[in-house]
Amino acid sequence: MKPVLRRYAAVMATAAVFIVFLLLLPLYRVKAVEIIGFQAETMLLVIPPIFVLLGLLDVWVPREQIMRFMGPGSGARGGLLAFLLGSFAAGPLYGAFPVAAVLMKKGASFNNILIFIGAWSTTKIPMLLFESSALGARFALARLAIDIIGIIVIAAAIEALVPAEEVRRLYAQAEKMA
Amino acid sequence: MDTLLLYLVTAICLLWSYLKNREKTRTAMKKAFKAFENILPQFLVVFLLVAMGMAVLDTETISLVLGKNSGVFGVLAASLIGSITLIPGFVAFPAAAALLQGGAGATQIAAFISSLMMVGVVTLPLEIQFFGKRAAFLRNLLAYVFSLIAAVFVGWAVSL
Repeated sequence: MKPVLRRYAAVMATAAVFIVFLLLLPLYRVKAVEIIGFQAETMLLVIPPIFVLLGLLDVWVPREQIMRFMGPGSGARGGLLAFLLGSFAAGPLYGAFPVAAVLMKKGASFNNILIFIGAWSTTKIPMLLFESSALGARFALARLAIDIIGIIVIAAAIEALVPAEEVRRLYAQAEKMA
Repeated sequence: MDTLLLYLVTAICLLWSYLKNREKTRTAMKKAFKAFENILPQFLVVFLLVAMGMAVLDTETISLVLGKNSGVFGVLAASLIGSITLIPGFVAFPAAAALLQGGAGATQIAAFISSLMMVGVVTLPLEIQFFGKRAAFLRNLLAYVFSLIAAVFVGWAVSL
Protein backbone atom coordinates (compact mmCIF):
# COMPACT_ATOMS: atom_id res chain seq x y z
CA MET A 1 0.00 0.00 0.00
CA LYS A 2 1.29 3.43 -0.94
CA PRO A 3 1.92 5.97 1.82
CA VAL A 4 -1.26 7.78 2.88
CA LEU A 5 -0.06 11.18 1.70
CA ARG A 6 0.64 10.00 -1.81
CA ARG A 7 -2.68 8.16 -2.08
CA TYR A 8 -4.58 11.27 -1.07
CA ALA A 9 -2.51 13.71 -3.18
CA ALA A 10 -5.22 13.94 -5.87
CA VAL A 11 -7.87 14.53 -3.19
CA MET A 12 -5.90 17.41 -1.72
CA ALA A 13 -5.27 18.92 -5.16
CA THR A 14 -8.98 18.72 -6.04
CA ALA A 15 -9.94 20.12 -2.65
CA ALA A 16 -7.61 23.06 -3.30
CA VAL A 17 -9.29 23.69 -6.68
CA PHE A 18 -12.66 23.44 -4.93
CA ILE A 19 -11.68 26.08 -2.37
CA VAL A 20 -10.45 28.40 -5.14
CA PHE A 21 -13.74 27.75 -6.97
CA LEU A 22 -15.72 28.76 -3.87
CA LEU A 23 -13.63 31.90 -3.37
CA LEU A 24 -13.67 33.08 -6.97
CA LEU A 25 -17.27 32.26 -7.89
CA PRO A 26 -19.50 33.33 -5.00
CA LEU A 27 -22.51 32.86 -7.31
CA TYR A 28 -22.12 29.08 -7.17
CA ARG A 29 -20.93 28.90 -3.58
CA VAL A 30 -24.16 27.89 -1.83
CA LYS A 31 -25.12 25.46 -4.57
CA ALA A 32 -21.73 23.70 -4.58
CA VAL A 33 -21.72 23.29 -0.80
CA GLU A 34 -25.29 21.98 -0.90
CA ILE A 35 -24.37 19.40 -3.52
CA ILE A 36 -21.32 18.28 -1.54
CA GLY A 37 -23.64 17.75 1.43
CA PHE A 38 -26.11 15.81 -0.66
CA GLN A 39 -23.39 13.63 -2.19
CA ALA A 40 -21.79 12.99 1.19
CA GLU A 41 -25.16 11.89 2.53
CA THR A 42 -25.63 9.45 -0.36
CA MET A 43 -22.12 8.15 0.11
CA LEU A 44 -22.41 7.68 3.86
CA LEU A 45 -25.82 6.03 3.53
CA VAL A 46 -25.51 3.82 0.47
CA ILE A 47 -21.86 2.88 0.22
CA PRO A 48 -21.18 1.27 3.64
CA PRO A 49 -23.87 -1.45 3.39
CA ILE A 50 -22.71 -2.31 -0.13
CA PHE A 51 -19.18 -2.88 1.13
CA VAL A 52 -20.40 -4.91 4.12
CA LEU A 53 -22.41 -7.14 1.75
CA LEU A 54 -19.33 -7.46 -0.45
CA GLY A 55 -17.21 -8.52 2.51
CA LEU A 56 -19.80 -11.15 3.43
CA LEU A 57 -20.07 -12.32 -0.18
CA ASP A 58 -16.29 -12.64 -0.34
CA VAL A 59 -16.11 -14.71 2.82
CA TRP A 60 -19.17 -16.94 2.39
CA VAL A 61 -19.62 -17.60 -1.33
CA PRO A 62 -16.99 -20.03 -2.58
CA ARG A 63 -15.15 -19.27 -5.79
CA GLU A 64 -16.37 -22.49 -7.39
CA GLN A 65 -19.98 -21.37 -7.09
CA ILE A 66 -19.52 -18.04 -8.88
CA MET A 67 -17.26 -19.81 -11.39
CA ARG A 68 -20.01 -22.31 -12.14
CA PHE A 69 -22.87 -19.82 -12.40
CA MET A 70 -21.11 -16.84 -13.98
CA GLY A 71 -17.79 -18.23 -15.22
CA PRO A 72 -16.56 -18.55 -18.81
CA GLY A 73 -18.64 -21.70 -19.44
CA SER A 74 -21.88 -20.41 -17.94
CA GLY A 75 -23.43 -19.42 -21.28
CA ALA A 76 -26.71 -17.54 -21.60
CA ARG A 77 -27.76 -18.49 -18.06
CA GLY A 78 -24.66 -16.76 -16.67
CA GLY A 79 -25.44 -13.69 -18.73
CA LEU A 80 -29.02 -13.64 -17.49
CA LEU A 81 -27.86 -13.94 -13.88
CA ALA A 82 -25.39 -11.09 -14.40
CA PHE A 83 -28.16 -9.01 -15.94
CA LEU A 84 -30.60 -9.65 -13.08
CA LEU A 85 -27.92 -9.04 -10.45
CA GLY A 86 -27.15 -5.65 -11.99
CA SER A 87 -30.78 -4.70 -12.59
CA PHE A 88 -31.91 -5.29 -9.03
CA ALA A 89 -28.99 -3.56 -7.41
CA ALA A 90 -29.54 -0.18 -5.80
CA GLY A 91 -27.19 2.74 -5.90
CA PRO A 92 -25.19 4.77 -8.39
CA LEU A 93 -22.92 3.26 -11.04
CA TYR A 94 -19.75 3.81 -9.06
CA GLY A 95 -21.15 1.36 -6.50
CA ALA A 96 -21.01 -1.34 -9.17
CA PHE A 97 -17.24 -1.23 -9.69
CA PRO A 98 -16.22 -2.76 -6.33
CA VAL A 99 -18.93 -5.42 -6.74
CA ALA A 100 -17.53 -6.22 -10.18
CA ALA A 101 -14.05 -6.53 -8.66
CA VAL A 102 -15.26 -9.15 -6.16
CA LEU A 103 -17.10 -11.07 -8.90
CA MET A 104 -13.94 -11.00 -11.05
CA LYS A 105 -11.92 -12.28 -8.14
CA LYS A 106 -14.42 -15.10 -7.74
CA GLY A 107 -14.08 -16.11 -11.37
CA ALA A 108 -17.01 -14.51 -13.23
CA SER A 109 -16.28 -14.18 -16.95
CA PHE A 110 -15.36 -10.78 -18.43
CA ASN A 111 -18.44 -10.76 -20.65
CA ASN A 112 -20.71 -11.37 -17.65
CA ILE A 113 -18.95 -8.61 -15.73
CA LEU A 114 -19.63 -6.22 -18.62
CA ILE A 115 -23.29 -7.25 -18.75
CA PHE A 116 -23.51 -6.74 -15.00
CA ILE A 117 -22.04 -3.21 -15.29
CA GLY A 118 -24.35 -2.38 -18.19
CA ALA A 119 -27.44 -3.58 -16.33
CA TRP A 120 -26.45 -1.78 -13.14
CA SER A 121 -25.98 1.45 -15.06
CA THR A 122 -29.26 1.55 -16.90
CA THR A 123 -31.93 -1.11 -16.41
CA LYS A 124 -32.98 -0.43 -12.86
CA ILE A 125 -35.96 -2.66 -12.21
CA PRO A 126 -36.83 -0.92 -8.90
CA MET A 127 -36.83 2.39 -10.80
CA LEU A 128 -38.96 1.20 -13.70
CA LEU A 129 -42.29 1.96 -12.04
CA PHE A 130 -40.99 5.33 -11.03
CA GLU A 131 -39.81 6.06 -14.55
CA SER A 132 -43.18 4.93 -15.98
CA SER A 133 -45.14 7.21 -13.71
CA ALA A 134 -42.85 10.19 -14.39
CA LEU A 135 -42.27 9.81 -18.12
CA GLY A 136 -44.96 7.39 -19.27
CA ALA A 137 -45.03 3.60 -19.67
CA ARG A 138 -44.29 3.84 -23.39
CA PHE A 139 -41.12 5.83 -22.72
CA ALA A 140 -39.92 3.50 -19.94
CA LEU A 141 -40.64 0.25 -21.77
CA ALA A 142 -39.13 1.43 -25.06
CA ARG A 143 -36.01 2.43 -23.17
CA LEU A 144 -35.87 -0.91 -21.33
CA ALA A 145 -36.19 -2.85 -24.61
CA ILE A 146 -33.44 -0.96 -26.43
CA ASP A 147 -31.24 -0.99 -23.34
CA ILE A 148 -31.25 -4.78 -23.13
CA ILE A 149 -29.99 -4.96 -26.71
CA GLY A 150 -27.47 -2.19 -26.06
CA ILE A 151 -26.05 -3.88 -22.96
CA ILE A 152 -25.42 -7.13 -24.83
CA VAL A 153 -23.91 -5.40 -27.89
CA ILE A 154 -21.67 -3.11 -25.81
CA ALA A 155 -20.45 -6.04 -23.68
CA ALA A 156 -19.59 -8.05 -26.79
CA ALA A 157 -17.85 -5.07 -28.42
CA ILE A 158 -15.71 -4.29 -25.37
CA GLU A 159 -14.77 -7.94 -24.98
CA ALA A 160 -13.72 -8.09 -28.62
CA LEU A 161 -11.73 -4.85 -28.46
CA VAL A 162 -9.86 -5.30 -25.17
CA PRO A 163 -6.86 -7.63 -25.59
CA ALA A 164 -6.75 -10.83 -23.51
CA GLU A 165 -3.50 -9.58 -21.96
CA GLU A 166 -5.27 -6.51 -20.54
CA VAL A 167 -8.17 -8.63 -19.26
CA ARG A 168 -5.69 -10.87 -17.43
CA ARG A 169 -4.10 -7.79 -15.88
CA LEU A 170 -7.51 -6.53 -14.70
CA TYR A 171 -8.29 -9.88 -13.08
CA ALA A 172 -4.92 -9.93 -11.33
CA GLN A 173 -5.59 -6.38 -10.13
CA ALA A 174 -9.08 -7.27 -8.86
CA GLU A 175 -7.46 -10.03 -6.80
CA LYS A 176 -5.45 -7.38 -4.97
CA MET A 177 -8.18 -4.76 -4.62
CA ALA A 178 -11.14 -6.56 -3.17
CA MET B 1 -37.03 3.42 0.31
CA ASP B 2 -34.29 1.68 -1.67
CA THR B 3 -31.84 2.57 1.04
CA LEU B 4 -34.04 1.19 3.79
CA LEU B 5 -34.32 -2.12 1.97
CA LEU B 6 -30.56 -2.20 1.45
CA TYR B 7 -30.00 -1.74 5.18
CA LEU B 8 -32.56 -4.38 6.07
CA VAL B 9 -30.93 -6.93 3.75
CA THR B 10 -27.46 -6.05 5.02
CA ALA B 11 -28.54 -6.32 8.66
CA ILE B 12 -30.14 -9.73 8.10
CA CYS B 13 -27.08 -11.05 6.25
CA LEU B 14 -24.75 -9.70 8.90
CA LEU B 15 -26.77 -11.24 11.74
CA TRP B 16 -26.96 -14.58 9.94
CA SER B 17 -23.22 -14.52 9.34
CA TYR B 18 -22.46 -13.56 12.94
CA LEU B 19 -24.61 -16.36 14.34
CA LYS B 20 -23.04 -18.88 11.99
CA ASN B 21 -19.41 -17.94 12.33
CA ARG B 22 -18.04 -15.02 14.32
CA GLU B 23 -14.51 -15.35 13.00
CA LYS B 24 -15.60 -15.30 9.36
CA THR B 25 -17.81 -12.30 10.04
CA ARG B 26 -14.87 -10.45 11.54
CA THR B 27 -12.80 -11.23 8.42
CA ALA B 28 -15.66 -10.01 6.21
CA MET B 29 -15.85 -6.71 8.07
CA LYS B 30 -12.10 -6.25 7.80
CA LYS B 31 -12.27 -6.91 4.06
CA ALA B 32 -15.17 -4.50 3.70
CA PHE B 33 -13.26 -1.75 5.43
CA LYS B 34 -10.08 -2.39 3.47
CA ALA B 35 -11.91 -2.32 0.13
CA PHE B 36 -13.72 0.86 1.14
CA GLU B 37 -10.57 2.66 2.26
CA ASN B 38 -8.84 1.52 -0.91
CA ILE B 39 -11.29 3.40 -3.09
CA LEU B 40 -12.00 6.34 -0.79
CA PRO B 41 -9.50 8.78 -2.41
CA GLN B 42 -11.11 8.31 -5.84
CA PHE B 43 -14.57 8.74 -4.35
CA LEU B 44 -13.59 12.02 -2.74
CA VAL B 45 -12.12 13.42 -5.96
CA VAL B 46 -15.31 12.51 -7.84
CA PHE B 47 -17.52 14.18 -5.24
CA LEU B 48 -15.59 17.43 -5.40
CA LEU B 49 -15.72 17.45 -9.22
CA VAL B 50 -19.44 16.72 -9.18
CA ALA B 51 -20.16 19.53 -6.75
CA MET B 52 -18.40 22.06 -8.98
CA GLY B 53 -19.93 20.77 -12.19
CA MET B 54 -23.46 20.55 -10.86
CA ALA B 55 -23.30 23.99 -9.28
CA VAL B 56 -22.64 25.51 -12.70
CA LEU B 57 -25.05 23.28 -14.65
CA ASP B 58 -28.38 23.77 -12.91
CA THR B 59 -31.82 22.66 -14.06
CA GLU B 60 -32.56 26.04 -15.64
CA THR B 61 -29.51 25.81 -17.87
CA ILE B 62 -30.47 22.29 -18.81
CA SER B 63 -34.06 23.16 -19.68
CA LEU B 64 -32.87 26.11 -21.75
CA VAL B 65 -30.88 23.81 -24.00
CA LEU B 66 -33.46 21.04 -24.28
CA GLY B 67 -36.34 23.35 -25.11
CA LYS B 68 -38.88 23.01 -27.89
CA ASN B 69 -37.58 22.55 -31.44
CA SER B 70 -33.98 22.16 -30.32
CA GLY B 71 -33.66 19.35 -32.88
CA VAL B 72 -30.40 17.50 -33.46
CA PHE B 73 -28.50 20.15 -31.56
CA GLY B 74 -30.79 19.63 -28.59
CA VAL B 75 -30.29 15.86 -28.68
CA LEU B 76 -26.50 16.25 -28.80
CA ALA B 77 -26.53 18.84 -26.06
CA ALA B 78 -28.83 16.65 -23.95
CA SER B 79 -26.51 13.68 -24.30
CA LEU B 80 -23.45 15.78 -23.45
CA ILE B 81 -25.11 17.20 -20.35
CA GLY B 82 -26.21 13.70 -19.36
CA SER B 83 -22.68 12.40 -19.81
CA ILE B 84 -21.02 14.88 -17.51
CA THR B 85 -23.65 15.11 -14.78
CA LEU B 86 -24.26 12.67 -11.97
CA ILE B 87 -27.84 12.83 -10.73
CA PRO B 88 -29.61 9.93 -9.02
CA GLY B 89 -32.61 8.55 -10.93
CA PHE B 90 -35.15 9.58 -8.33
CA VAL B 91 -34.08 13.20 -8.90
CA ALA B 92 -33.60 12.91 -12.66
CA PHE B 93 -36.98 11.36 -13.53
CA PRO B 94 -39.18 14.03 -11.97
CA ALA B 95 -36.92 16.73 -13.43
CA ALA B 96 -37.16 15.09 -16.84
CA ALA B 97 -40.95 14.86 -16.48
CA ALA B 98 -41.09 18.58 -15.71
CA LEU B 99 -38.97 19.33 -18.78
CA LEU B 100 -41.19 17.13 -20.92
CA GLN B 101 -44.27 19.00 -19.71
CA GLY B 102 -42.40 22.25 -20.30
CA GLY B 103 -42.10 21.43 -23.98
CA ALA B 104 -38.87 19.47 -24.33
CA GLY B 105 -38.92 16.65 -26.88
CA ALA B 106 -39.08 12.97 -25.86
CA THR B 107 -35.97 12.28 -27.96
CA GLN B 108 -33.98 14.97 -26.15
CA ILE B 109 -35.16 13.72 -22.76
CA ALA B 110 -34.35 10.11 -23.67
CA ALA B 111 -30.86 11.20 -24.77
CA PHE B 112 -30.40 12.95 -21.45
CA ILE B 113 -31.68 10.04 -19.32
CA SER B 114 -29.74 7.39 -21.24
CA SER B 115 -26.42 9.19 -21.22
CA LEU B 116 -26.94 10.22 -17.61
CA MET B 117 -27.26 6.60 -16.57
CA MET B 118 -24.73 4.94 -18.85
CA VAL B 119 -21.98 7.48 -19.43
CA GLY B 120 -19.95 8.77 -16.50
CA VAL B 121 -17.27 11.28 -17.41
CA VAL B 122 -16.67 12.43 -13.84
CA THR B 123 -16.57 8.89 -12.50
CA LEU B 124 -14.07 7.88 -15.20
CA PRO B 125 -11.04 8.02 -12.85
CA LEU B 126 -12.86 5.59 -10.58
CA GLU B 127 -13.78 3.30 -13.45
CA ILE B 128 -10.21 3.28 -14.78
CA GLN B 129 -9.03 2.20 -11.34
CA PHE B 130 -11.09 -0.98 -11.71
CA PHE B 131 -11.26 -1.58 -15.46
CA GLY B 132 -8.14 0.03 -16.88
CA LYS B 133 -8.00 2.89 -19.39
CA ARG B 134 -8.85 0.89 -22.45
CA ALA B 135 -12.02 -0.83 -21.24
CA ALA B 136 -13.24 2.25 -19.35
CA PHE B 137 -12.84 4.63 -22.31
CA LEU B 138 -14.36 2.09 -24.67
CA ARG B 139 -17.36 1.49 -22.42
CA ASN B 140 -18.09 5.18 -22.08
CA LEU B 141 -17.61 5.88 -25.78
CA LEU B 142 -19.85 2.99 -26.83
CA ALA B 143 -22.42 3.92 -24.20
CA TYR B 144 -22.45 7.49 -25.52
CA VAL B 145 -23.08 6.40 -29.09
CA PHE B 146 -25.69 3.95 -27.85
CA SER B 147 -27.49 6.63 -25.83
CA LEU B 148 -28.05 8.55 -29.09
CA ILE B 149 -29.45 5.44 -30.79
CA ALA B 150 -31.65 4.73 -27.75
CA ALA B 151 -32.89 8.32 -27.80
CA VAL B 152 -33.96 8.11 -31.44
CA PHE B 153 -35.67 4.77 -30.76
CA VAL B 154 -37.50 5.98 -27.64
CA GLY B 155 -38.49 9.22 -29.40
CA TRP B 156 -39.91 7.18 -32.26
CA ALA B 157 -41.70 4.71 -29.94
CA VAL B 158 -43.32 7.53 -27.97
CA SER B 159 -44.52 9.23 -31.17
CA LEU B 160 -46.27 6.09 -32.45
